[in-house]
Amino acid sequence: MSVSVRIPTPLRKVTNGEDKANADGDTVGAIIASLDSQFPGIKSRLCDDNGELRSFVNIYVNGEDIRFMDGMESGVSSGDEISIVPAVAGGR
Amino acid sequence: MPHVKCLQCRECKSEYPVEPLNVCEFCFGPLEVSYDYHSVAKSVSRKSIESGPNTMWRYHDFLPVEKDSAVDISTGFTPLIHAKNLGRQLGLDHLYIKNDSVNPTFSFKDRPVSVTTTKALEFEFEVLACVSTGNLMGSVAAHGAKAGMETIVFYPADLEQGKIQGAAVYGPTMVAVEGTYDQANRFCSELADAHRWAFVNINMRPYYAEGSKTLGYEVAEQLGWKAPDHCVVPGASGELHTKIWKGLEEFEGAGLIDKAKTKMHLAQAEGCAPIVEAFESGNNQVKPVRPKTIAKSLAIGNPAAGPYSLEVLRDTGGTGIFAYENSIIDGIRLLAETEGIFTETAGGVVISSLKRLVKQGKIKKDEVTVAFVTGNGLKTLETMGDFVAPIETKPDLDTFQTKLSSRKD
Repeated sequence: MSVSVRIPTPLRKVTNGEDKANADGDTVGAIIASLDSQFPGIKSRLCDDNGELRSFVNIYVNGEDIRFMDGMESGVSSGDEISIVPAVAGGR
Repeated sequence: MPHVKCLQCRECKSEYPVEPLNVCEFCFGPLEVSYDYHSVAKSVSRKSIESGPNTMWRYHDFLPVEKDSAVDISTGFTPLIHAKNLGRQLGLDHLYIKNDSVNPTFSFKDRPVSVTTTKALEFEFEVLACVSTGNLMGSVAAHGAKAGMETIVFYPADLEQGKIQGAAVYGPTMVAVEGTYDQANRFCSELADAHRWAFVNINMRPYYAEGSKTLGYEVAEQLGWKAPDHCVVPGASGELHTKIWKGLEEFEGAGLIDKAKTKMHLAQAEGCAPIVEAFESGNNQVKPVRPKTIAKSLAIGNPAAGPYSLEVLRDTGGTGIFAYENSIIDGIRLLAETEGIFTETAGGVVISSLKRLVKQGKIKKDEVTVAFVTGNGLKTLETMGDFVAPIETKPDLDTFQTKLSSRKD
Protein backbone atom coordinates (compact mmCIF):
# COMPACT_ATOMS: atom_id res chain seq x y z
CA MET A 1 0.00 0.00 0.00
CA SER A 2 1.62 3.24 -1.12
CA VAL A 3 1.13 6.67 0.37
CA SER A 4 2.66 10.05 -0.32
CA VAL A 5 4.74 11.73 2.39
CA ARG A 6 5.63 15.44 2.50
CA ILE A 7 9.22 16.03 3.56
CA PRO A 8 10.01 19.33 5.34
CA THR A 9 13.17 21.33 4.58
CA PRO A 10 15.24 20.13 7.58
CA LEU A 11 14.95 16.52 6.33
CA ARG A 12 15.69 17.12 2.67
CA LYS A 13 19.40 16.55 3.07
CA VAL A 14 18.49 12.98 3.95
CA THR A 15 16.09 12.63 1.01
CA ASN A 16 18.55 14.03 -1.54
CA GLY A 17 16.54 17.21 -1.83
CA GLU A 18 13.19 15.49 -2.52
CA ASP A 19 10.18 17.23 -0.98
CA LYS A 20 7.89 14.24 -1.46
CA ALA A 21 8.42 10.52 -1.11
CA ASN A 22 6.30 7.41 -1.52
CA ALA A 23 6.29 4.84 1.23
CA ASP A 24 4.58 1.52 1.97
CA GLY A 25 2.88 0.34 5.13
CA ASP A 26 -0.46 0.26 6.91
CA THR A 27 0.54 2.21 10.02
CA VAL A 28 2.51 5.42 10.52
CA GLY A 29 5.25 3.37 12.19
CA ALA A 30 5.51 1.12 9.16
CA ILE A 31 5.61 4.14 6.85
CA ILE A 32 8.55 5.57 8.79
CA ALA A 33 10.35 2.21 8.59
CA SER A 34 9.72 2.18 4.84
CA LEU A 35 11.12 5.72 4.53
CA ASP A 36 14.17 4.68 6.54
CA SER A 37 14.93 1.83 4.17
CA GLN A 38 14.89 4.31 1.25
CA PHE A 39 16.66 7.10 3.11
CA PRO A 40 18.79 5.58 5.87
CA GLY A 41 18.89 7.73 9.00
CA ILE A 42 15.55 9.45 8.57
CA LYS A 43 13.95 7.46 11.39
CA SER A 44 16.52 8.60 13.94
CA ARG A 45 15.72 12.20 13.01
CA LEU A 46 12.01 11.66 13.66
CA CYS A 47 12.06 9.29 16.62
CA ASP A 48 13.97 9.06 19.89
CA ASP A 49 15.88 5.99 21.07
CA ASN A 50 12.67 4.35 22.28
CA GLY A 51 11.07 4.70 18.86
CA GLU A 52 8.71 7.41 20.11
CA LEU A 53 8.07 10.47 17.96
CA ARG A 54 10.33 13.35 19.07
CA SER A 55 8.51 16.14 20.88
CA PHE A 56 9.26 18.71 18.19
CA VAL A 57 7.95 16.65 15.27
CA ASN A 58 4.31 16.60 14.22
CA ILE A 59 2.98 13.99 11.80
CA TYR A 60 -0.39 14.43 10.14
CA VAL A 61 -2.47 11.89 8.22
CA ASN A 62 -4.80 13.79 5.89
CA GLY A 63 -4.38 16.83 8.10
CA GLU A 64 -5.09 14.99 11.38
CA ASP A 65 -2.37 15.05 14.08
CA ILE A 66 -1.44 11.42 14.87
CA ARG A 67 -1.26 12.30 18.57
CA PHE A 68 -5.05 12.52 18.37
CA MET A 69 -5.16 9.15 16.57
CA ASP A 70 -3.21 6.08 17.67
CA GLY A 71 0.25 7.63 17.47
CA MET A 72 2.69 5.41 15.59
CA GLU A 73 -0.01 2.73 15.38
CA SER A 74 -2.37 5.06 13.48
CA GLY A 75 -3.71 3.32 10.41
CA VAL A 76 -3.07 4.60 6.89
CA SER A 77 -4.63 3.50 3.64
CA SER A 78 -3.72 3.82 0.04
CA GLY A 79 -3.93 7.38 -1.24
CA ASP A 80 -3.60 9.01 2.19
CA GLU A 81 -1.42 12.11 2.47
CA ILE A 82 1.12 12.18 5.26
CA SER A 83 2.83 15.40 6.32
CA ILE A 84 5.87 15.69 8.53
CA VAL A 85 5.92 19.19 10.03
CA PRO A 86 8.29 20.71 12.57
CA ALA A 87 6.46 21.94 15.67
CA VAL A 88 6.81 25.69 15.34
CA ALA A 89 3.45 26.78 16.63
CA GLY A 90 3.14 29.74 18.93
CA GLY A 91 2.51 33.35 18.33
CA ARG A 92 -0.93 33.83 16.93
CA MET B 1 24.72 42.79 15.96
CA PRO B 2 27.86 42.98 18.03
CA HIS B 3 26.78 40.56 20.77
CA VAL B 4 25.25 37.69 18.79
CA LYS B 5 27.36 34.56 18.40
CA CYS B 6 25.16 32.14 16.46
CA LEU B 7 21.90 30.23 16.48
CA GLN B 8 21.92 27.16 18.67
CA CYS B 9 19.57 24.19 19.04
CA ARG B 10 17.95 24.29 22.43
CA GLU B 11 17.88 20.48 22.56
CA CYS B 12 21.12 19.08 21.09
CA LYS B 13 23.14 22.34 21.17
CA SER B 14 24.14 22.13 17.48
CA GLU B 15 25.21 25.54 16.20
CA TYR B 16 23.98 27.32 13.09
CA PRO B 17 24.83 30.60 11.35
CA VAL B 18 22.70 33.69 11.94
CA GLU B 19 20.20 33.07 9.15
CA PRO B 20 16.43 32.73 8.75
CA LEU B 21 16.33 29.22 10.24
CA ASN B 22 14.18 27.88 13.05
CA VAL B 23 14.51 24.11 13.22
CA CYS B 24 17.52 21.93 14.02
CA GLU B 25 18.07 19.54 11.16
CA PHE B 26 19.39 16.86 13.49
CA CYS B 27 16.70 16.66 16.15
CA PHE B 28 13.96 19.13 15.06
CA GLY B 29 14.58 21.12 18.23
CA PRO B 30 13.94 24.88 18.17
CA LEU B 31 16.87 27.19 17.38
CA GLU B 32 17.62 30.08 19.71
CA VAL B 33 19.86 33.13 19.47
CA SER B 34 23.09 32.68 21.41
CA TYR B 35 24.86 35.80 22.74
CA ASP B 36 28.28 36.74 24.04
CA TYR B 37 27.06 37.84 27.44
CA HIS B 38 30.46 39.17 28.54
CA SER B 39 30.29 41.60 25.68
CA VAL B 40 26.68 42.53 26.55
CA ALA B 41 27.57 43.12 30.21
CA LYS B 42 30.48 45.36 29.25
CA SER B 43 28.38 47.62 27.07
CA VAL B 44 25.27 48.14 29.23
CA SER B 45 24.62 49.85 32.52
CA ARG B 46 21.52 51.08 34.30
CA LYS B 47 22.50 54.56 33.18
CA SER B 48 22.93 53.66 29.50
CA ILE B 49 19.53 51.99 29.49
CA GLU B 50 17.84 54.88 31.32
CA SER B 51 19.14 57.32 28.72
CA GLY B 52 17.71 55.24 25.86
CA PRO B 53 14.38 55.81 24.09
CA ASN B 54 11.09 55.28 25.96
CA THR B 55 10.42 52.12 23.97
CA MET B 56 11.56 48.50 24.09
CA TRP B 57 14.60 49.58 22.06
CA ARG B 58 16.26 50.95 25.19
CA TYR B 59 17.28 47.27 25.61
CA HIS B 60 18.88 47.14 22.18
CA ASP B 61 22.05 45.42 23.46
CA PHE B 62 20.02 42.37 24.46
CA LEU B 63 18.30 42.03 21.07
CA PRO B 64 19.63 40.21 17.98
CA VAL B 65 19.76 43.12 15.52
CA GLU B 66 22.26 45.68 14.25
CA LYS B 67 22.65 48.95 16.06
CA ASP B 68 20.33 51.80 14.99
CA SER B 69 18.28 49.82 12.52
CA ALA B 70 15.08 49.24 14.46
CA VAL B 71 11.67 49.25 12.78
CA ASP B 72 9.94 50.94 15.68
CA ILE B 73 6.34 52.11 15.89
CA SER B 74 6.93 53.09 19.52
CA THR B 75 6.45 49.71 21.15
CA GLY B 76 7.04 48.93 24.77
CA PHE B 77 8.01 50.72 27.95
CA THR B 78 4.35 50.32 28.78
CA PRO B 79 2.99 51.29 32.21
CA LEU B 80 3.57 49.20 35.32
CA ILE B 81 0.68 50.19 37.53
CA HIS B 82 0.49 49.74 41.29
CA ALA B 83 -2.97 48.16 41.40
CA LYS B 84 -4.04 49.31 44.85
CA ASN B 85 -7.79 48.75 44.38
CA LEU B 86 -7.52 45.27 42.96
CA GLY B 87 -4.77 44.49 45.47
CA ARG B 88 -7.06 45.49 48.34
CA GLN B 89 -9.79 43.18 47.04
CA LEU B 90 -7.41 40.27 46.70
CA GLY B 91 -5.43 40.98 49.88
CA LEU B 92 -2.15 41.97 48.22
CA ASP B 93 -0.22 45.10 49.24
CA HIS B 94 2.16 45.15 46.30
CA LEU B 95 0.21 44.05 43.25
CA TYR B 96 1.28 45.54 39.91
CA ILE B 97 -0.34 45.29 36.50
CA LYS B 98 2.01 45.35 33.51
CA ASN B 99 -0.37 46.90 31.01
CA ASP B 100 0.90 45.78 27.62
CA SER B 101 -2.49 46.32 25.99
CA VAL B 102 -1.45 49.92 25.25
CA ASN B 103 1.14 49.01 22.63
CA PRO B 104 0.66 50.50 19.12
CA THR B 105 -1.49 47.58 17.91
CA PHE B 106 -2.88 46.91 21.38
CA SER B 107 -1.07 43.72 22.33
CA PHE B 108 2.38 42.54 23.42
CA LYS B 109 2.90 41.09 19.93
CA ASP B 110 4.40 44.40 18.84
CA ARG B 111 7.52 43.45 20.80
CA PRO B 112 8.44 40.24 18.93
CA VAL B 113 7.22 41.67 15.62
CA SER B 114 9.33 44.81 15.93
CA VAL B 115 12.45 42.64 16.36
CA THR B 116 11.43 40.31 13.52
CA THR B 117 10.67 43.09 11.04
CA THR B 118 14.00 44.73 11.80
CA LYS B 119 15.76 41.42 11.26
CA ALA B 120 13.79 40.70 8.08
CA LEU B 121 15.12 43.94 6.56
CA GLU B 122 18.65 42.98 7.58
CA PHE B 123 18.22 39.65 5.79
CA GLU B 124 16.94 41.64 2.77
CA PHE B 125 13.54 39.99 2.68
CA GLU B 126 10.98 41.84 0.62
CA VAL B 127 7.93 40.04 2.00
CA LEU B 128 6.78 39.83 5.62
CA ALA B 129 4.24 37.10 6.41
CA CYS B 130 2.48 35.42 9.31
CA VAL B 131 -0.29 33.03 10.22
CA SER B 132 -2.48 34.33 12.98
CA THR B 133 -5.83 34.51 14.71
CA GLY B 134 -5.72 38.23 15.30
CA ASN B 135 -3.23 39.99 17.56
CA LEU B 136 -0.21 38.87 15.61
CA MET B 137 -1.52 39.73 12.18
CA GLY B 138 -2.50 43.25 13.18
CA SER B 139 1.01 43.81 14.45
CA VAL B 140 2.68 42.26 11.39
CA ALA B 141 0.55 44.34 9.04
CA ALA B 142 1.41 47.55 10.93
CA HIS B 143 5.15 46.84 11.03
CA GLY B 144 5.17 45.77 7.37
CA ALA B 145 3.58 49.10 6.49
CA LYS B 146 6.13 51.03 8.55
CA ALA B 147 9.03 49.11 7.01
CA GLY B 148 7.68 49.53 3.47
CA MET B 149 7.57 45.77 2.97
CA GLU B 150 5.04 43.73 1.06
CA THR B 151 2.98 41.95 3.71
CA ILE B 152 0.86 38.79 3.56
CA VAL B 153 -1.21 37.55 6.47
CA PHE B 154 -2.94 34.18 6.65
CA TYR B 155 -5.85 33.54 9.00
CA PRO B 156 -8.57 30.95 9.53
CA ALA B 157 -11.58 31.97 7.44
CA ASP B 158 -14.06 32.04 10.35
CA LEU B 159 -12.19 34.78 12.24
CA GLU B 160 -14.12 37.66 13.81
CA GLN B 161 -14.68 40.67 11.56
CA GLY B 162 -13.06 43.11 14.00
CA LYS B 163 -9.75 41.32 13.89
CA ILE B 164 -9.82 41.04 10.11
CA GLN B 165 -10.45 44.77 9.71
CA GLY B 166 -7.91 45.58 12.42
CA ALA B 167 -5.22 44.02 10.24
CA ALA B 168 -6.61 44.89 6.79
CA VAL B 169 -6.49 48.62 7.51
CA TYR B 170 -2.68 48.56 7.22
CA GLY B 171 -2.95 47.31 3.65
CA PRO B 172 -1.53 43.76 3.66
CA THR B 173 -2.61 40.97 1.33
CA MET B 174 -5.21 39.08 3.34
CA VAL B 175 -5.50 35.31 2.88
CA ALA B 176 -8.48 33.52 4.44
CA VAL B 177 -7.62 29.83 4.85
CA GLU B 178 -10.46 27.32 5.10
CA GLY B 179 -10.35 25.34 8.35
CA THR B 180 -9.02 25.84 11.89
CA TYR B 181 -5.96 27.78 13.07
CA ASP B 182 -4.02 24.54 13.45
CA GLN B 183 -4.75 23.66 9.83
CA ALA B 184 -3.75 27.13 8.67
CA ASN B 185 -0.59 26.85 10.73
CA ARG B 186 0.38 23.51 9.21
CA PHE B 187 -0.33 24.87 5.73
CA CYS B 188 1.91 27.89 6.37
CA SER B 189 4.74 25.71 7.69
CA GLU B 190 4.67 23.96 4.33
CA LEU B 191 4.32 27.25 2.47
CA ALA B 192 7.34 28.73 4.27
CA ASP B 193 9.44 26.02 2.60
CA ALA B 194 8.28 27.10 -0.84
CA HIS B 195 8.76 30.91 -0.75
CA ARG B 196 11.50 33.26 0.31
CA TRP B 197 9.31 35.14 2.74
CA ALA B 198 10.05 36.26 6.27
CA PHE B 199 7.38 34.25 8.11
CA VAL B 200 7.55 35.86 11.52
CA ASN B 201 6.41 32.85 13.51
CA ILE B 202 8.06 30.22 11.32
CA ASN B 203 11.48 30.76 9.72
CA MET B 204 12.05 33.99 11.70
CA ARG B 205 10.97 32.46 14.98
CA PRO B 206 14.33 32.58 16.82
CA TYR B 207 14.43 36.38 16.41
CA TYR B 208 10.71 36.78 16.97
CA ALA B 209 10.85 35.01 20.33
CA GLU B 210 13.58 37.35 21.62
CA GLY B 211 11.29 40.39 21.54
CA SER B 212 9.20 39.12 24.45
CA LYS B 213 12.20 39.25 26.80
CA THR B 214 11.79 43.01 26.94
CA LEU B 215 8.71 42.57 29.15
CA GLY B 216 10.99 41.05 31.80
CA TYR B 217 13.55 43.87 31.50
CA GLU B 218 10.91 46.56 31.76
CA VAL B 219 9.28 45.13 34.84
CA ALA B 220 12.63 44.89 36.62
CA GLU B 221 13.63 48.43 35.64
CA GLN B 222 10.21 49.86 36.57
CA LEU B 223 10.34 48.20 40.00
CA GLY B 224 13.56 50.12 40.66
CA TRP B 225 15.99 47.55 39.21
CA LYS B 226 14.57 44.63 41.12
CA ALA B 227 12.97 41.36 40.08
CA PRO B 228 9.47 40.84 41.55
CA ASP B 229 8.64 37.98 43.93
CA HIS B 230 5.94 36.66 41.58
CA CYS B 231 4.98 36.93 37.92
CA VAL B 232 1.62 35.70 36.64
CA VAL B 233 1.89 35.19 32.89
CA PRO B 234 -0.74 34.01 30.38
CA GLY B 235 0.15 30.76 28.60
CA ALA B 236 -0.52 29.76 24.98
CA SER B 237 2.63 28.34 23.36
CA GLY B 238 4.45 28.89 26.67
CA GLU B 239 7.00 31.12 24.94
CA LEU B 240 6.10 34.38 26.69
CA HIS B 241 6.46 32.70 30.10
CA THR B 242 9.94 31.37 29.29
CA LYS B 243 11.07 34.63 27.70
CA ILE B 244 10.05 36.89 30.60
CA TRP B 245 12.11 34.62 32.83
CA LYS B 246 14.99 34.71 30.34
CA GLY B 247 14.82 38.52 30.48
CA LEU B 248 15.14 38.51 34.27
CA GLU B 249 18.02 36.01 34.15
CA GLU B 250 19.85 38.08 31.54
CA PHE B 251 19.50 41.23 33.64
CA GLU B 252 20.89 39.32 36.59
CA GLY B 253 23.75 37.98 34.46
CA ALA B 254 24.62 41.48 33.28
CA GLY B 255 24.76 42.71 36.87
CA LEU B 256 21.79 45.05 36.42
CA ILE B 257 19.73 43.41 39.17
CA ASP B 258 20.43 41.13 42.13
CA LYS B 259 19.62 37.45 41.91
CA ALA B 260 16.12 36.95 40.55
CA LYS B 261 14.12 34.76 42.94
CA THR B 262 10.88 35.28 41.08
CA LYS B 263 8.27 32.54 41.13
CA MET B 264 7.09 32.35 37.52
CA HIS B 265 3.42 31.29 37.51
CA LEU B 266 1.69 30.28 34.28
CA ALA B 267 -2.03 30.92 33.73
CA GLN B 268 -4.04 28.99 31.15
CA ALA B 269 -7.75 28.71 30.46
CA GLU B 270 -9.56 25.60 31.72
CA GLY B 271 -10.58 24.72 28.16
CA CYS B 272 -7.00 24.71 26.89
CA ALA B 273 -4.50 24.00 29.67
CA PRO B 274 -2.06 21.39 28.33
CA ILE B 275 0.97 22.87 30.14
CA VAL B 276 -0.88 23.19 33.46
CA GLU B 277 -2.14 19.60 33.13
CA ALA B 278 1.43 18.34 32.57
CA PHE B 279 2.60 20.42 35.55
CA GLU B 280 -0.10 19.01 37.82
CA SER B 281 0.50 15.41 36.80
CA GLY B 282 4.28 15.74 37.07
CA ASN B 283 4.96 14.93 33.40
CA ASN B 284 7.88 16.35 31.44
CA GLN B 285 6.02 16.06 28.15
CA VAL B 286 2.98 18.09 27.27
CA LYS B 287 0.08 16.10 25.88
CA PRO B 288 -1.73 18.06 23.18
CA VAL B 289 -5.41 18.90 23.67
CA ARG B 290 -8.17 20.18 21.45
CA PRO B 291 -8.80 23.75 22.59
CA LYS B 292 -12.28 24.59 23.81
CA THR B 293 -12.00 27.99 25.41
CA ILE B 294 -13.36 31.50 24.98
CA ALA B 295 -9.77 32.75 25.38
CA LYS B 296 -8.95 32.34 21.71
CA SER B 297 -5.60 34.09 21.86
CA LEU B 298 -4.50 31.36 24.32
CA ALA B 299 -6.03 28.44 22.39
CA ILE B 300 -2.93 26.54 21.35
CA GLY B 301 -3.54 22.85 21.99
CA ASN B 302 -0.03 21.74 21.09
CA PRO B 303 2.27 24.32 22.72
CA ALA B 304 5.73 24.38 21.11
CA ALA B 305 7.48 25.83 24.17
CA GLY B 306 5.50 23.64 26.59
CA PRO B 307 8.45 21.58 27.87
CA TYR B 308 10.52 24.73 28.49
CA SER B 309 7.66 26.43 30.24
CA LEU B 310 7.41 23.38 32.54
CA GLU B 311 11.13 23.71 33.24
CA VAL B 312 10.70 27.36 34.23
CA LEU B 313 7.75 26.48 36.48
CA ARG B 314 9.81 23.84 38.29
CA ASP B 315 13.09 25.78 38.41
CA THR B 316 11.51 28.91 39.88
CA GLY B 317 8.96 27.30 42.21
CA GLY B 318 6.09 28.70 40.14
CA THR B 319 2.65 27.18 39.82
CA GLY B 320 0.80 26.18 36.66
CA ILE B 321 -2.78 27.22 37.22
CA PHE B 322 -5.92 27.43 35.13
CA ALA B 323 -8.86 29.83 35.19
CA TYR B 324 -12.32 28.27 35.08
CA GLU B 325 -14.02 29.15 31.80
CA ASN B 326 -16.94 30.77 33.62
CA SER B 327 -14.57 33.02 35.59
CA ILE B 328 -12.74 34.58 32.64
CA ILE B 329 -15.28 37.32 31.98
CA ASP B 330 -15.46 37.97 35.74
CA GLY B 331 -11.68 38.49 35.67
CA ILE B 332 -11.98 40.99 32.83
CA ARG B 333 -14.71 42.92 34.64
CA LEU B 334 -12.91 42.85 37.98
CA LEU B 335 -9.81 44.46 36.45
CA ALA B 336 -11.91 47.01 34.59
CA GLU B 337 -14.00 47.90 37.65
CA THR B 338 -11.07 48.22 40.05
CA GLU B 339 -8.24 49.59 37.93
CA GLY B 340 -9.86 51.07 34.83
CA ILE B 341 -8.09 48.65 32.50
CA PHE B 342 -10.12 46.76 29.91
CA THR B 343 -8.28 43.62 28.84
CA GLU B 344 -9.10 40.80 26.46
CA THR B 345 -9.89 37.24 27.52
CA ALA B 346 -6.21 36.34 28.07
CA GLY B 347 -6.06 39.09 30.71
CA GLY B 348 -9.25 37.72 32.25
CA VAL B 349 -7.49 34.36 32.53
CA VAL B 350 -4.56 36.03 34.31
CA ILE B 351 -6.68 37.95 36.83
CA SER B 352 -8.89 34.99 37.59
CA SER B 353 -5.84 32.73 38.00
CA LEU B 354 -4.17 35.32 40.23
CA LYS B 355 -7.22 35.16 42.47
CA ARG B 356 -6.88 31.38 42.73
CA LEU B 357 -3.15 31.62 43.49
CA VAL B 358 -3.82 34.00 46.38
CA LYS B 359 -6.61 31.76 47.68
CA GLN B 360 -4.28 28.76 47.58
CA GLY B 361 -1.72 30.68 49.65
CA LYS B 362 0.83 30.68 46.83
CA ILE B 363 1.20 34.47 46.97
CA LYS B 364 1.53 36.32 50.28
CA LYS B 365 0.18 39.74 51.20
CA ASP B 366 3.52 41.56 51.36
CA GLU B 367 5.12 40.02 48.25
CA VAL B 368 5.70 42.01 45.07
CA THR B 369 3.51 40.51 42.37
CA VAL B 370 3.25 41.42 38.69
CA ALA B 371 0.27 40.29 36.60
CA PHE B 372 0.78 40.58 32.84
CA VAL B 373 -2.08 41.99 30.80
CA THR B 374 -1.10 41.46 27.19
CA GLY B 375 -4.04 42.47 25.00
CA ASN B 376 -6.84 45.03 24.74
CA GLY B 377 -10.45 44.22 25.60
CA LEU B 378 -11.89 45.93 22.53
CA LYS B 379 -10.44 43.06 20.50
CA THR B 380 -12.70 40.44 22.09
CA LEU B 381 -15.90 42.40 22.68
CA GLU B 382 -18.04 39.57 21.30
CA THR B 383 -17.03 37.30 24.20
CA MET B 384 -18.36 39.72 26.81
CA GLY B 385 -21.97 38.67 26.22
CA ASP B 386 -24.98 40.76 27.02
CA PHE B 387 -23.99 42.30 30.34
CA VAL B 388 -25.13 45.87 29.83
CA ALA B 389 -28.39 46.79 31.59
CA PRO B 390 -28.91 50.52 31.13
CA ILE B 391 -31.50 52.65 32.85
CA GLU B 392 -33.95 53.45 30.09
CA THR B 393 -35.52 56.84 30.49
CA LYS B 394 -37.37 59.59 28.73
CA PRO B 395 -35.44 62.87 28.66
CA ASP B 396 -37.42 63.99 31.67
CA LEU B 397 -36.13 64.72 35.18
CA ASP B 398 -38.96 63.11 37.16
CA THR B 399 -38.94 59.89 35.16
CA PHE B 400 -35.23 59.63 35.53
CA GLN B 401 -35.22 60.31 39.29
CA THR B 402 -37.87 57.66 39.85
CA LYS B 403 -36.00 55.10 37.83
CA LEU B 404 -32.70 55.98 39.48
CA SER B 405 -34.03 55.56 43.02
CA SER B 406 -35.83 52.33 42.18
CA ARG B 407 -32.53 51.07 40.78
CA LYS B 408 -30.76 51.98 44.02
CA ASP B 409 -33.32 50.06 46.12
